Amino acid sequence: MQTRGHPNRLGIRGWVGGGRWGFERYMYTLHRLSGLALLVYFTMHIFVTSTRAVGPDAWKQTMSVVSGPLFTMGEYLVFAAFAFHAVNGIRLGAIELGFAVGRPIEPVYPYQTSVGGQRRLARAVLMIAFVVALWGGLDFFVWK
Amino acid sequence: MAGSNTKQVTFHLRRFEPGKDAEPHWEDHSIEVTPGMTVLDGLWKVKELSAPSLAWRSSCRMGICGSCGMLINGRPRLACNTQVSELGSAIVAVAPLPNFDIIKDLVPDLRPIFETHREMLPYLLRDDTAEQEDPTREYRQTPHELEQYLQFSYCIKCGCCMAACPTVATDAQYAGPMPLGQAHRYDSDTRDAGFDRRREVLAGGSGPWRCHFAGECSQVCPKGVDPAKAIQLMKRQLVSDLLRLRRRTPPAAVAEAPHGTMRDDIPAAPPRTVTEA
Ligand code: SF4
Ligand code: SF4
Ligand code: FES
Repeated sequence: MQTRGHPNRLGIRGWVGGGRWGFERYMYTLHRLSGLALLVYFTMHIFVTSTRAVGPDAWKQTMSVVSGPLFTMGEYLVFAAFAFHAVNGIRLGAIELGFAVGRPIEPVYPYQTSVGGQRRLARAVLMIAFVVALWGGLDFFVWK
Repeated sequence: MAGSNTKQVTFHLRRFEPGKDAEPHWEDHSIEVTPGMTVLDGLWKVKELSAPSLAWRSSCRMGICGSCGMLINGRPRLACNTQVSELGSAIVAVAPLPNFDIIKDLVPDLRPIFETHREMLPYLLRDDTAEQEDPTREYRQTPHELEQYLQFSYCIKCGCCMAACPTVATDAQYAGPMPLGQAHRYDSDTRDAGFDRRREVLAGGSGPWRCHFAGECSQVCPKGVDPAKAIQLMKRQLVSDLLRLRRRTPPAAVAEAPHGTMRDDIPAAPPRTVTEA
C-alpha cells in the first residue's frame, strides 16, 4: 500500500509490543524465533555433516571444533526450541483447523473470545514443552 | 471548580503536523477529570483549554461509528468507549492507531482497510439479481443460521484489531483481521453464494494463512467480534472445501408468502387513553 501520510507501521516492534493483553502473542513471537533458530541450525547441520564426504580427517577436524561446551549448550537450546516449536505447532495446526476456538456466539459484555477458549490448550502446550525441555536438559547435561 | 470528585490527569498526546513536523512528538496537557469522563471527553477539554489545533476523528461518541480508535495507554481502544478512571493512571497516553499512516495528530489513514474490505466482496453474492434489486420478501434463515455470522457482523470497522495484530505490523500485504473477519461473515451466511469468488480473493500471501493466532485482534476488539475466531473458522471452511468434506447447499430461497386465513378472534385494541383536545 502506498504511503499517504507519516508511516507508522510497527515492524518487528509489533511482535513484542503487546503482552498487556494475552500471552499468546509471546507464543506467536517465540514460535517464529524458534522456527528461525531451527532453520539456522538445520543449515549448519547440513554443512557440518557434509564434511564427512570430504574425508575422515575433515570430519574429525570439524567435529573437534563443534564439540566444545559452548556448542553443547547451543545444541541444547536448539533442542528446547524444537520442543516448543513442535508442541506449539500442534496447537496452531488444531486451532487453524477451527478446533478449540469455539462457535460463533452472541457478543454480550464482558466479551468472551476464542483466545480465552483455547487458553487451557495454550497452558498445556507450555507445560508439555517445559517438561520435554527439562527432560532434554537432564539428558544433555546430567545423564549424558 | 475543583470538586472532591475531580482528579488532575495528564494527557500525554502524540502530535504530528504534516508539512511542519519531520517526526511525531509527545506533548503534555493537564486537565481536571470528573467521574464518568471518557478519553474522548478529555480530548475535547484539552482542545478547548490548551491545544486548539489538536486533531482526531470521532462522531457518534457511543461506540457505534468506529471513528475514534486510538492507542490509549499502549492498547488500541475506542476513545469514546474508554473512561479515564478505568485506566487507573494519572497519565493518559494517546497516540494514533499504529500500522496506519498518520494524517495528522491522532488521525490515522484508514483507507487501506476500507479498500481491502471492499476487495472481500462484503455483501450477499447471488444469482437472483432481480430479486435483490427489487425484493418481494426476505430470504429464509433460521435463528441458528443467523448465529453463525451475527457475532462477526457487529464489526464497526474501527481498525483497533489491525493496530494490535503482529502480522499486520510486519506484513503490509496481509489483509488483516478486519477484512478477513468480514469475508467470513458473508461466507458463513446461508443467504450467500459467494464462497468461490471470495476464495479467489483470499488465495495467496495476503489471505488467512498469514494469521498464526496471536489472538491480539480479539483481545482488543471493542465490539466482541472475535476476528481471530472468524479467521480460524474460515481456514476450516477452506480446508474442508478442498478435501470435499464441506456440504455445499444452494443459498437460502425467498420465504414463502404467508398463507391461511386471518384469525377472527384477535381482540380489538384497547380504547385510547389520550384524546386530542
Ligand atoms: S473486528 Fe473489532 S476491532 Fe476490528 S475493526 Fe471490527 S470492531 Fe474494530
Ligand atoms: S489472530 Fe491472526 S489476525 Fe488476529 S492478531 Fe493474531 S495474527 Fe493477527
Ligand atoms: S466516536 Fe463513534 S465509536 Fe467512538
